[in-house]
Amino acid sequence: MDTVLSGLATGFAVALDPFNLMLVMVGCFVGTLIGALPGLGPINGVAILLPIAYGLGFQPESALILLAGIYYGAEYGGRISSILLNVPGDAGAVMTTLDGNPMARAGQAGRALSLSAVASFAGGTFAVILMSLFAPALAGFAVTFGPADYVALMVFAFASLASLVGKSTVKTLLGATIGLMLATIGIDANTGVPRYTFGLPDILAGIDFLIVVVGLFGMAELLTLVEHQARGTLKSLPVDKSFVSMADLAATKWTIARASVIGFFIGILPGTGASVASAVAYGTEKRISDKDGTFGTGDPRGLAAPEAANNAAAGGSMVPMLTLGIPGSGTTAILLGALLMFNIQPGPMMFAQRPEVAWGLVASMYIGNVALLVINLPLVGLFARMLTIPQHYLTPLIAILAFIGIYTIVGNPHDLFMITGLGVFGWFLRKLDFSLAPIVLGFVLGGLFEDNLRRALSISGGDWSILVSNWKSLLLYALALLVVILPIWLGRRARANAVREAETH
Amino acid sequence: MKIIHLSTALACALGFAVPGFAQSEIDHPECVAPANPGGGFDLTCRVAQTGLAPHVSSPVQVNFMPGGIGAVAFNQFNTNRADDGSAIVAFSTGSLLNIITGKYGAFDEKSVRWVGTAGADFGAVVVRADSDYQSLKDVMDDLSADPQSVVVGAGGSVGSQDWMKGALLMREAGGTPMQMRYVAFDGGGDAIAALLGGSIKVYTGDVGEMVPYLDSGDMRVLAVLSPERLEAPFDQLPTAKEQGYDVEWTILRGFYMGGKTSDEDYQKWVDAFEAAYATEEFAQIQHDKGLLPLNMSGEELSASIEGRMQTLREIATEAGLIQ
Repeated sequence: MDTVLSGLATGFAVALDPFNLMLVMVGCFVGTLIGALPGLGPINGVAILLPIAYGLGFQPESALILLAGIYYGAEYGGRISSILLNVPGDAGAVMTTLDGNPMARAGQAGRALSLSAVASFAGGTFAVILMSLFAPALAGFAVTFGPADYVALMVFAFASLASLVGKSTVKTLLGATIGLMLATIGIDANTGVPRYTFGLPDILAGIDFLIVVVGLFGMAELLTLVEHQARGTLKSLPVDKSFVSMADLAATKWTIARASVIGFFIGILPGTGASVASAVAYGTEKRISDKDGTFGTGDPRGLAAPEAANNAAAGGSMVPMLTLGIPGSGTTAILLGALLMFNIQPGPMMFAQRPEVAWGLVASMYIGNVALLVINLPLVGLFARMLTIPQHYLTPLIAILAFIGIYTIVGNPHDLFMITGLGVFGWFLRKLDFSLAPIVLGFVLGGLFEDNLRRALSISGGDWSILVSNWKSLLLYALALLVVILPIWLGRRARANAVREAETH
Repeated sequence: MKIIHLSTALACALGFAVPGFAQSEIDHPECVAPANPGGGFDLTCRVAQTGLAPHVSSPVQVNFMPGGIGAVAFNQFNTNRADDGSAIVAFSTGSLLNIITGKYGAFDEKSVRWVGTAGADFGAVVVRADSDYQSLKDVMDDLSADPQSVVVGAGGSVGSQDWMKGALLMREAGGTPMQMRYVAFDGGGDAIAALLGGSIKVYTGDVGEMVPYLDSGDMRVLAVLSPERLEAPFDQLPTAKEQGYDVEWTILRGFYMGGKTSDEDYQKWVDAFEAAYATEEFAQIQHDKGLLPLNMSGEELSASIEGRMQTLREIATEAGLIQ
């Protein structure tokens, strides 16, 4: 405890240095803007800014604080276009569209934006506190999570999502299958054999997650808007001055707490990040608290859950990075690269050898979270007014931003064709009344599921019993079973009670 | 990527005063890292950027061209930019292996020009600190007795350079690479996590990435796959060779240019590298970036690549990666 306190003291001394404080603010603000732009998420935000931070000759701790601010800010900002435009700003914000956008369509954009800012703050702060207290122990736990346990985690994720979306179960399953199929494109991680690449070098490494998100969601949404406009059936969205109320917070407090815990623990696992965390948190919350079937129609709890989770995951993924030198997500992998550029070896010795960098970063996260809340709440009204921009300006503007965003990730024109193609595909699927979220989730979870299943089987030499060989896997399978059975059982009991009551009356 | 241009230019302008000896006049020199920022290729380009700064007339800009594990850049510099005399592209031994296994398409090592190296890294056989394996011999004995008894893992797929290190050990132990129980992870970080978590028993990684773990005592390096002992801080680590196993794995990091560049442009770059190799500063930059010195350029590098490709092809054929 003493080391934590003295460490934090060192850290705050670094982070409260006026220059670093300014960098946290700048990072958070720029990050929010980057996150809000469709196609630009934390990964490319940090990747774009890394060479600049390096080029400006900052001290390593200053540069890292700036980049972490951008990472955090982008996780915050990702929700803005999800809510307002139904276009996820980044991968972690896909689930935010499900209830966030219906709220905005119902004229509650301000309420949705402010509630999600509070949920993000709660999730992020929860993660930082746990991280500063227990980072080494947590990292030790995270590495014991073997491939077999990841398989169980994915089964749990699939189970909690099975209820997810869409009116038709068949279409939901078909959607998930399409996602799984897209995930198989590229060099097979196990054998190195290219699959479904048709000799195109551009997709040898697989399709980037962001391209699927921006293409299927963003472009398809834009095409739908254009279609409505051409037909003259486009309704302008009502904008009011709604804001989050105490009643909202009271109604979502347990949702936020649960989602923060889920998000944080998924975040600390290397290889799973904000997108898996927000999906699992949303699915679990729907299973637990969606008694009236309001999830997906603008339920504040359905908005708070993924937002608290993705910010908690962003904090959680810093744990293995700082304590073990193992990235917990794509973005932290880039931050690790940044440390190497500054000649700092990330890893188990970093807290001992470079306390000013490690603790400075931790302290900046406390400050960053507060800064983000302070920056975001007053801006809610401004962001909400975005909806008053006439659609015939807004649609092309979003399209341009999305194209720029995608082009900056990789600088490969091929990706622009990809998002266009996926957009047309997504638009057709929407015409056929498919929900797009299962596709994206099939894509994320499917890739992780396959890789880890095959790793587990390589480890055991083909013996399937490895999948149920330890308590962590078994616990997750039990939970998976529970989330499937519990709602059915609760439903039956409620019906039985209703019948009994009807009889006694 | 204008911002990046500007910032890197700024970095050089701020960081390096231009001393007064002969410089190569290269118009807008550029180093292409065929990956996202923050990875090994980025690091390779940074060595060129800082290391060549005193020896070229204007600062080297680093640009990124990710896509298809480097295949997009390799194809670009064999087609559209084959005659681009102001750009070099970072490569590693992994890229050479990709050329061999056909992942880079129709072009091969003879269709580009090899310019110079940034440095080298070497393979390492790593176990967890509390592992029963005390020496490389323990691992090799188990591999000989029952190849399936040792779970080996690393950060690349079957056929990648990380796998190759395991395959070479397996071959030396008297088995065939396909008998090896190999687990492919997504990058070295995940593989290290799996080693620490006990999912895998042996990790075939690189020496460079072991620096932060040498002091922490989480892992032990059983053998370094270098031709001879390395310098400090790695001088305590025994090589596989001195333990009686003829296994060597050098990860070369360097640069190539398009095949249709003029001799004049090519020579300018080679001269710049030659000038840099002669300085103390370049050695320091290599050290800071976690690379070990292995300096070759021009003809020497081309010949070395040719030799390496031949060896790699033999190994790849034996391992069943190519026919």
